[in-house]
Formats: sequence, structure tokens, C-alpha cells
Amino acid sequence: MLDLVLQAFQILFSPEHFPFLIMGVLLGLVIGVFPGLGGIAGLSLLLPFIYGMDEVSALATLVGLVAVIPTSATFTSVLMGIPGSSSSQATVLDGFALAKKGEASRALAAAFTSSLFGGLFGAIILTFFVQIARPMILLFGSAELFMLAIFGLSMVGSLSGKSITKGVIACGLGLVIGSIGAAPATGEYRMVFGLDYLYDGIPLVIIALSIFAFPEISELFRKDSAIAEGAKLSKGGWMNGIKDVFKNKWLALRCSGIGTIVGAIPGMGGSVVDWIAYGHVVQSSKDKSNFGKGDIRGVIAPESANNAKEGGALMPTLLFGIPGSGSMAVFLGGMVLIGIEAGPSMVTKNIDLTYTIIWSLAVANVLGAGLSLFLAGPISQLTRIKFSLLAPFMIMVISFAAFQATKDIIDLWVFLVFGILGIFMKRFGWSRPAFLIGFVLSTQAESYLNMSVQFYSWKMFLRPGVIIISILTLISIYYSRKGSVDENEELIAQGLKKELKLMPQIIFAGTIAFFIILALWDSFKQSFLGGIFPIIILVGMIPCFIALFYVYLKNKQDRPEIFDAEQVAEPGTFKSPWYEPILWVGGLYILSMIIGFVPSIILFFIFFFTFKAEASWLKTAILTAAGVILLLTFSHFLNLELPQGLR
Amino acid sequence: MNRKLTQSLILSVIFLLLYFGFDAYSNGAQSEIKSDEQGSKVSIAKDYFKDKKIQWIIPFKEGGGGDTWARFNAPYFTDNIAGNPVILVTNIPGGGSIKGANYFANNVKPDGLMILGTSGTTQMPYLLDDPRVRYKYDNYKPIMAYPTGGVVYCSPNLGISDASEIEKLLNKPLKYASQGPTSLDIVPMFSFDLLGMDVQAVFGFRGRGAGRLAFERGEVLLDYQTSSAYLKNVVPLVETGEAIPLFSFGALDINGNLIRDPSFPDLPHFGEVYEQLGYNLNGIKWDTWFAFMSAGFGGMKLLLTPKETPDEIVNQFQEGIEKMKMDEKYKKTKVKALGLYEQVTGPAASKIFDLATKVDKEEKEYMKDWLRTKFDLNL
Repeated sequence: MLDLVLQAFQILFSPEHFPFLIMGVLLGLVIGVFPGLGGIAGLSLLLPFIYGMDEVSALATLVGLVAVIPTSATFTSVLMGIPGSSSSQATVLDGFALAKKGEASRALAAAFTSSLFGGLFGAIILTFFVQIARPMILLFGSAELFMLAIFGLSMVGSLSGKSITKGVIACGLGLVIGSIGAAPATGEYRMVFGLDYLYDGIPLVIIALSIFAFPEISELFRKDSAIAEGAKLSKGGWMNGIKDVFKNKWLALRCSGIGTIVGAIPGMGGSVVDWIAYGHVVQSSKDKSNFGKGDIRGVIAPESANNAKEGGALMPTLLFGIPGSGSMAVFLGGMVLIGIEAGPSMVTKNIDLTYTIIWSLAVANVLGAGLSLFLAGPISQLTRIKFSLLAPFMIMVISFAAFQATKDIIDLWVFLVFGILGIFMKRFGWSRPAFLIGFVLSTQAESYLNMSVQFYSWKMFLRPGVIIISILTLISIYYSRKGSVDENEELIAQGLKKELKLMPQIIFAGTIAFFIILALWDSFKQSFLGGIFPIIILVGMIPCFIALFYVYLKNKQDRPEIFDAEQVAEPGTFKSPWYEPILWVGGLYILSMIIGFVPSIILFFIFFFTFKAEASWLKTAILTAAGVILLLTFSHFLNLELPQGLR
Repeated sequence: MNRKLTQSLILSVIFLLLYFGFDAYSNGAQSEIKSDEQGSKVSIAKDYFKDKKIQWIIPFKEGGGGDTWARFNAPYFTDNIAGNPVILVTNIPGGGSIKGANYFANNVKPDGLMILGTSGTTQMPYLLDDPRVRYKYDNYKPIMAYPTGGVVYCSPNLGISDASEIEKLLNKPLKYASQGPTSLDIVPMFSFDLLGMDVQAVFGFRGRGAGRLAFERGEVLLDYQTSSAYLKNVVPLVETGEAIPLFSFGALDINGNLIRDPSFPDLPHFGEVYEQLGYNLNGIKWDTWFAFMSAGFGGMKLLLTPKETPDEIVNQFQEGIEKMKMDEKYKKTKVKALGLYEQVTGPAASKIFDLATKVDKEEKEYMKDWLRTKFDLNL
């Protein structure tokens, strides 16, 4: 085996192959920076070149691209609070909090070092296990996958915030919204309300962007300061970030392990791996008080896991031809095009190619993390720019990303609707991570439950794998009782000193309750198998609502259920009303429907810079030109579409 | 305030003029052709496609079978079609391919600059009159067709060694991992039913790959894969004795008759197995099977353009495709990327197109009725 491994190394590093790996890595870094664009966009750019290449060069390019996307996706997660990819959602919680404290370069450095660590770990595991992984992967049947989904859901306990009632409702809401669309068991359509758009469910990209990023953007918009509000950018934060990872090396190791395993299980999907890692670090830490408010461990955990995931995900991709994640599906497509057949032959007659892939993965991670580390310091300066100069760019990027989800103008409106939901969830202290975990695991929990009941009936609970995962779940629940992350902890303490008006909270909770009733009405119209899953979730939420409204109606001001960031905040924190950012963005979307996205974004830039940022003629013109050129260049080279308007 | 308003308005006018000017300039090359008569003989220049972009709509996700098919062909199209047009593969997934096909129906012009690649998955909801479908195959004509096949296989634990013993399976309750009742899985599920097998479908699997994994885990003992997936991933299992091939769905010859699949000449096709159990290859059941098999597998992949597209444009496509098939590099990589079947044009493509998209009302109703009684599905 060793000689084959070394031989692959030699081939990869030969001058005729190595430049292709670098090309893949550079491309992956550039594309990864744009949120919502993953390997898919990269592949369409690469394909024309792949035809002329030999197998090794083509594989090196493809792997280079796929491997570094989770690395550079970290930039927007940390600097702007925009999840750069579906597996860096959890990084936002502490990464962005650190950036706001002026420690962006420390957070980035820690993130990239962890990415490097995780990526190499994944490559090593892949090297040693690829030949024996087949039977292990086959151990995960539908019953085990169902239990894994439940295990993932148990992480909500650590992330639900001070009020467990609201945490459970948030998670339930995520599960119900995740179940919109075709029922896995019967194919009938649930909660589509006659809209074609909803038949496939709401895309994860849109949910992640809207629930996390939009509330942050709108808050910064209203404060109109730089992201690192008045805080000095700490000197030497960069070095500290690297040291942080070494201090927490066992954590990085454990999370890399989690990442590799979750990645290797086909059907788990990469979008939950960061949450499991994040839940793990919260549960295993003694001092939890800083999580969600800028704990560096909250960056290290998800970032080591999401790069390790790619190594794991290559196992089912290569061995069974079944992609372990979205980017792996694209990788697999690329392999087909260069005429390599994924399947059992990858560990027999094509083992040399497998080792080439592994080496490419390892080297790409080193190159990607190295380059990103190099850029971390300078790019962190972005957090010092006045927000009104940055906001149009962020709104452009995020809208562009949302539109790539299904290339339907409705994408933008769904984004805005969930963005508003996110704003209120943040304001009234409803856990957004709990919502997201519920959403991500909904389909999985339901379809694997349906399958395992049909395949094993009640005997599924006797399977050893199921028993082991159940025990892990119980342990996770036990530890989550010892404290839960709440981003608003300090504000809640302040809120206790004030008498809060309850009407805004009651209206919000009432709206959610109305949706729940609507969803119940819809679910009872379905057949038994099609409706049972949402019905169980929805009925389970009713007692939580009763408890919540009891607190509201009795006006128990000392309970954590009662919270309103708007009323607790210091007077003068916000310079504009809460609906102003929504009006700006809504206006942009209405205009896009009429005259198309590019002309609308031109007008948006000009008016925003002139009126909100009070920029001069020249500054407005230059920034607008920069934005539009960036947008057009990207959409041209990646062959991406933009909303066209009426034509 | 006044200064700000002047600044915004003046800058807006300048930028919008620049943008629209640029836009008009870059679109200038894509001049429109005027044609309103059906397939009329509008004179089309020999280099019609020179400097043009052809948008190839694929109603499937990146990385899937339909996507790979288009992306494999795209560069060869550019090289071989006169004028070397750029081919842009545009993925519009959703609704089991309904969304992308609807997009095509709403936006296409008969100028050959937008083409649609459909698959068996796109044909099924059309044939079953799904109310969301807004594309009508009657309005299109084929540029190219690509047939494929499928193989049903089972676990050795069932105690049979080939299809001749299939009678032993008839009374065994079996499970089948399916993507859903209106997917391409209709064909295998209907086949099992015709043979009199007791097969319960378990829905919710994402793709045939997930179904194959369930087979390898032992959760299901019966499965089918399309030809290329079968060759790559099931043949190794057959070699080690972990899977027993039963039958293929067969293939269509030039006259539209069912024959053994040329990729699997040693395997009986479904018709042979059906006859072996004492049934005749006629009657409504058989006709329905044949119609849906042709739509799902015989015409697995179709490349379409509106019927009004001038014949000369279709000819330029088809000449390019025939030239592509002579290309040495194409010949070398095609089998690995797409499988053994040949992409066809001309009358052969039209024959496949007709078989795949025209199903009699009677057969349609029979299938809908079957879906209703079997899966409680109202279409």
C-alpha cells in the first residue's frame, strides 16, 4: 500500500499535474467566498477545461476545488455573519460575535487552522480506511439513520437559549417548515397552498441566509456603525487564533472525528455536521458562559468538522458512487465526464486514482488554509468600514445567493419573509439555531422513520447500532441540561430590571400559533402516512404554546420567556425604525421584478450611497461601478442567471 | 436634500444608459430569425450558429444523470456543429423536472438557440396528466434521442438462480425501495405487479443509488438499476455472488419491437419472463406496460426543439451530431460516460420520440387506475 501511496504523491507533484491542483484550489477559494455558490458553480466553470486533461490533472483540479470551498466560506461567516456554505452555519454564532468585538483576525486564523487540521485528518482517515470502509458504511441502515437524526435534534437542548419553551417551539417550527412539500412516505403535497414553488420545499440555502444573515444585516443597518463597533482591532490576534487551536487540539481532533464520520454516512448530509460539532463543544465545556458571544472554541469545533467532512464524504462517493454531500454529487458528475467509474473498482484496479484523490485533498487543504490565513489579516479590516458603505454589497451578494437556490423570483420573496421571521426571532429571543436544526433534519427524520418502520417494525430498537446511538442521545440530553447557549444572556439580565411591554411579543407568538393551526388543518387533510409526522410535531408544540401564553398573560416579568431586545437596548442604539431595512430590500425586489436585477441594483446602490451613507458624487459612482462590475463578472464567468424583470 | 436627489438622479441616468447600452451591444449578435410557418424552409445561412450561444435546459440538478449527459455532449456539439456555437448547460431542477421543462415551454423561440433535454422522469408526469405540467410534447420535435435500459436483480437469499425460477418468488412478500409513485419507478413496480409478485413499495428514497444501498444493506431483496449504474455497481456484486440478475426491460428495434437489450444479450427481457408465466403479449395490461416502458427507457433522453423550428436548423444540429459520432475521442470516452447505447438522430430519433411521448388514452387511464388502487394516488 505504502508504495502506491508514495507513487501517487510523486505523480501529483510532478510539474505537469501540480499546477492543475493549484488552479482548482484558487478557483475554489474565489467561489467559496461567495455565499451560496458551492462546487456546483465551480464545476460549470471548470468543465470546458477538464476535457483536455488527463485523469490525474482533472481529478486534482476537481478535488482542489471541492476541498477548499468550506475553507473560504468561512470569510463571510465570520466577517459578515452570512453563512458561506451550508456546513458553516454554526461558525456564524461565535465567529461573527468575535468579529463584532474586533477580533475578526483571531477568529479567522483559528478557523483556517482548524480547517487545515480537519482537512488533513479527513485525508488520513480516508487513506487508512478506504479499503475497509465498505462494510462499515453498510452498517448504517435506515433505522440507524433515523436515530442519528434524533441525535442531531438532541443538540437543540444545548442551543435553545434560556427559555426551553421557546427553544422547543423554534425547533418544532423548523421541523414543520422542513416538511413542506412532497411527503416522503406517499408523495402527496403538504402545505403548498396552491403554490408551485413550495412543491419541492423551501431551499436550505435560503433559510440559512435569511434566518441568520438578514437579522444581522438589518441590525447593523440600523446602528450604522462599523461591524466591529468602536472596538479596536486587536494586534496580534492572528497569532492568537493559531495558538487557540493548539490549546484546544483535543477538541479539534474530536470534532474532526465527528466530521469524518458524519461525512462518511451516506444520507446524513453535510449541513448538520457543523451543528453536531457545535453542540458537542457546548456540552463538553465546563465554562459555557461565552458561547454565542464570542468563544473561540465555537469557531474551532464547526470548522474542524466541516473540512474533515469532505474526507469522510469521499468514502461513499468513491466506493458506492453515492454522493455524501452536494459538492460530492458534482464531483461524481465530474468523474463520470472524465470517464472514471466510481464504485468497487476504486479500491481494486483504480486504487492509484483513489490515492491521487486523497493526496490532492490533503495538499489542497494545506494550500487553501495557507492562502486564507495569509489573507485573514488584511481582509479583517473590512469590519472597520462604516456599515452603510458595506451594506449594499452585502445585500447584493445575499440576494444573488438566494436567487441561485432555484432561479425563481419567488426565491427573493421567500428570503425576505424568512428574513423578517429571523428579525423577530432574534428580537424576542427565540433560538435561531434550534429552528435551523429542526429544518435541516426534518425530511431525514421523517423519511428514515417511515422506512425503518416498514423494514424492521418495532424490532428496529433491538438493533445494536440503534441502541448505541440512543445511548449517545441520552448522554447528549443529559449534558444539555447543564446550560444552554443564549446570545442574549446579558440583555436578558438587563431586561429583568425593566418592565417590558408584552404586546409585540404576543403578536409574534400569536402569528406563529396561527401558522401552527393552519399547518394542523392541512395535515389532517392528508392520508395517515402523509400527515402523521407533522401532526405529531404540531400536537407536541401545543403544550409549549399554552405554557408560553400563560407566562405572557400572567405577566411574569422574571421568566426568560419574556424578552424584547428592542425595549432592553440602550436608547439611541438604533438610528432607524425596524422596518426600514425591510423596505429597502423589499423595494429592491419589487424593482427587480419590473426592470430586472442589474438595473435595480444600480439604482439601489446609487440611492443607498447618496442618502444613507451620504457619499459624494465620486464615491457613489466608484462604489456603484465596482458593485455592478463584480456582479456581472461573476454571473458571466459562472454562467449564472439573474432575475430578468418583465420582458 | 436637493443636492442628494440631483446626485442620485443624474448618476442613475448615466449608469442605466451605460448598462442598457452595453446590454444591447452584447445581445446584438443574437439576431432573431423570423419564422411562423411550421418547419418552414426559411433560408438559413450555413454559418447560422456562428458566434451564437445555445442554451441547453436541463431540468435536473447538477451532477445527476441528465446533467452529465448534457455536459458530456456540450463540448462535442461546439466542435462539430457548423459555426461552433457555444453550448450553455442551464440546470433548472425542481418538481421532478417539471419546473425546468415548464420554463422551456414558457420561454422558447423556434430559433434553435434554446433546447431542452428531457428524460423518462419528465415524460411520466406528462403522460399521467399532472396538472402542473405546462409542456406539451406535441409542440416539439426531436433533435436527438438516447435510449437506455434497466435491469431487475435480486438477492441470492431468495433462493433462485435466474429468471426461469421466478415462479418461486410469486408468493413471497417483498419490499422495493422507491423514489415515489409517479417517478420512473412506475415501470419496475408495474412490472412486478403484472408478474403477480407481492411487492410492497417503500417510498422516500432519494435516487436509485439510495435504493441500491438499501439492497446492499439487506433492507430490500429486490431492486432495479438503469443500465450504466447496473454495469458499474451491480455487476461487481453479481461476480461475487451477492446479486442475481433476473431480467432487463428490453430495448426497441428500428421498427419499435421489443427485443433483448443489446447491453445484456444473455438476460431475458421482461416480455419473455411474462410469457414464461403463461401470459400473452397483448391486451391492455401488456400495451400499458409497453407504452410506459417506451416512455421511461426507450426514450430515456430526448433533446427537443419547438415544432416550428426551421428544418435547416435541425439539420445543422443533426449533421453536427453525426459528425460528432465519428470523432475518435468521443468514441473512446462515450461508453464510459454514457453507456453502450447510441445517441440517434433523424428518423430513428423521430420513431423513439413517438413511442416515448404518445400513449393512447386507454393505456393512460389504465395506468392512472392502477396507481389509484395500488397507491391510493389520485391523478
